[in-house]
Amino acid sequence: MQFDFRNTPVTDQVAVEERIARFNSRSLKKHTKVNGLKLALNMIDLTTLEGKDTEGKVKQMCYKAMHLNENIHDLPTVAAVCVYPNFVKIAKTALNGSEVKVASVSTAFPSGNSTRKIKIDDTKFAVDNGADEIDMVISRGEFLKGNYNFVFDEIAIIKEACGNARLKVILETGELSTLDNVRKASDIAIYAGADFIKTSTGKIQPAATMPVTHVMLQAIKDYYLKTGIMIGMKPAGGIGTAKSALQYLVMLYETLGSNWMSNHWFRFGASSLANDIILQLAKEQQGVYYSKDYISVD
Amino acid sequence: MSSNNFIWDYAPAPEAKDHIKLKKQYDLFIDGKFTAPKSKKYFKTINPASESVIAEVAEANNADVNTAVAAAKKAYDKYWKKINASERAKYIFRIARVIQERSRELAVIESLNGGKPIRESRDFDIPTAANHFFYYAGWADKLKYAFPNKQPQALGVAAQIIPWNFPLLMAAWKIAPALATGNTVVLKPAESTPLTALKLAEIIQDCDLPPGVVNIITGFGTTGAAMVQHNDVKKIAFTGSTDVGKIIQKSIAGTNKKLTLELGGKAANIVFADAAIDQAVEGIVNGIFFNQGHVCCAGSRLFVQESVANEVITKLKARIETLIVGDPLDKNTDIGAINSKEQLEKINYYIQLGTSEGAEIYQPSCKLPNKGYFCKPTLFLHTSQSHRIVQEEIFGPVLTIQTFRTIEEVIEKANNIPYGLSAGVWTDKGSKIFNLTSKLRAGVIWANTYNKFDPTSPFGGYKESGFGREGGLHGLLPYLNI
Repeated sequence: MQFDFRNTPVTDQVAVEERIARFNSRSLKKHTKVNGLKLALNMIDLTTLEGKDTEGKVKQMCYKAMHLNENIHDLPTVAAVCVYPNFVKIAKTALNGSEVKVASVSTAFPSGNSTRKIKIDDTKFAVDNGADEIDMVISRGEFLKGNYNFVFDEIAIIKEACGNARLKVILETGELSTLDNVRKASDIAIYAGADFIKTSTGKIQPAATMPVTHVMLQAIKDYYLKTGIMIGMKPAGGIGTAKSALQYLVMLYETLGSNWMSNHWFRFGASSLANDIILQLAKEQQGVYYSKDYISVD
Repeated sequence: MSSNNFIWDYAPAPEAKDHIKLKKQYDLFIDGKFTAPKSKKYFKTINPASESVIAEVAEANNADVNTAVAAAKKAYDKYWKKINASERAKYIFRIARVIQERSRELAVIESLNGGKPIRESRDFDIPTAANHFFYYAGWADKLKYAFPNKQPQALGVAAQIIPWNFPLLMAAWKIAPALATGNTVVLKPAESTPLTALKLAEIIQDCDLPPGVVNIITGFGTTGAAMVQHNDVKKIAFTGSTDVGKIIQKSIAGTNKKLTLELGGKAANIVFADAAIDQAVEGIVNGIFFNQGHVCCAGSRLFVQESVANEVITKLKARIETLIVGDPLDKNTDIGAINSKEQLEKINYYIQLGTSEGAEIYQPSCKLPNKGYFCKPTLFLHTSQSHRIVQEEIFGPVLTIQTFRTIEEVIEKANNIPYGLSAGVWTDKGSKIFNLTSKLRAGVIWANTYNKFDPTSPFGGYKESGFGREGGLHGLLPYLNI
């Protein structure tokens, strides 16, 4: 397929923000709210990406991923845990026998400033250790220089290194500065072979925002209209409340439709979101709010 | 690839209406009091979403109109002409504040009586109405600055006749500048949507305006005609259909009554290939489906540049599939009820006509409620300038779509209509916007947005869309002798 990345579709920021305001004015009640919250919980990539991560912390997180809260009935598991490559093996073992996937960041996460060889090795290491999904970062410096071919080729090569693992491409939208750039980077990633496009590493502010996610969803939609191929979406970082997760789901539902309403096609990269959703679901079931002390912090 | 059948219907989220206090019967608001009509007649006003009667309102006859105009004239001579302009400003400001305080109640009544979605009455109609009063309160004591080296003088009694599409907002557009410039008012709301205007009468009472400064009387066309023809009326402001506008203009020929008319429209909404397409699609939807298309400046004629026509139409169809049509009081409703049975019949007539003229119809799969007056959002593809659905104002959720190749072609077609109220342009290129805005014969032109209103901005038409401007500094002029 021919595609000239100098001429990607333009985006009007003011109108995007208006559209977001419209999504956020939806009023979700009763079963709509409960179903939405459960789905959101099931879409979470429970994440720990810190320099001080330990084996113990990863194991705890994996246990929590499978057992979110024993006191509330009908809770799903999260979709995946997301860790650094050196913890993939531990996570894989800890999650053995469950539906929960292991996602690993790679390609010199979070900056992406390294050689291509190291990025490929980083990816292969994670895949060889059992990662089901790879969250790579794009080279923002090259992108901002206008070196789109470099970015495209890098994504294509990492995709090859992924083998059967699904590839999420992190655009780090907080460094791209305009929605037009977000759209362009989304198109490059999608055409280069991304299975998912993802907003942020979580290390740069702003991380995921609704306008940025909306533009990426529109790139996915345009690609689907042209090719019939579905691409997944993962906003990551900055989504901490059940309410904002529901607002993202409204946006997803009204932009891409019900086909995307599953964790195969949509993820939240978040660490604190799960607990807030659990709190809200507990309230729906029991009529009162739990103390946060009843919910584990893992 | 796993596909998924997650159906996420939005559970009903109705706005509460138990806090609304409505009387069973409303009299005429004349001289600061609710007064039984001399006609002794009342008519029913209904909820178009359920077809049930909400209240009865008085029908003013000639004698009632005489009383109302006399009260307005007396108030003008006795108080309003004499008080300080800054005092006038305080009264107007007070009205604005009370509208804000009672905005929730007013929004619910607006949706109950007119059928518009609560999202719109809550987020647009009522706040914008309050803003108009705030804005004109500011001008009241600054008229000499607005028109330097002039001596602006009030006219006297203004007769104001407003339509049913934005009942309270149109009342605000009319009353606020009239009071700011020192005139007194007799206002008639449309027969199908009198309730928020009558609530405004209560607010005006609560604000302690001198009696007779604002009179609000209800009735049909004959009531309006009596207002227009009254000798003590110095100024007529009418918003409504072009047909009635023409009758009014004829009937006051030879008098020195001032007149402003804000009439129909059939706006061109023009999408160029270089536009931000997804946002343009959203703008098309807002342009035509806002308030069920009961908007005189609605973007009812879509022109899409040939090279992006398929993409725009595909996305537009998908987008209207997601619009929620139903109970106006549900917070998730995008398209509410058609304002009246007559209007629904008119729209359906045009939908029939479009099909028989050979245009291709597209409607989404949504289900309409069994009761009430509802209409699906409707697209007509493959239309041309010679189709009547393209030429005539439908005033409903019906969009006609044409494609174009060159800028010259689209300018010619956009202007090829008796109306000239508004237009929309969608392009990423600033120079193209300025080129078009200077060549389109329309009073308001939006670029990369649609249906934006602000009290500071004048609004009004060219050609058969009327004359005179409302809003902004220009909105003061029709109420002054300069």
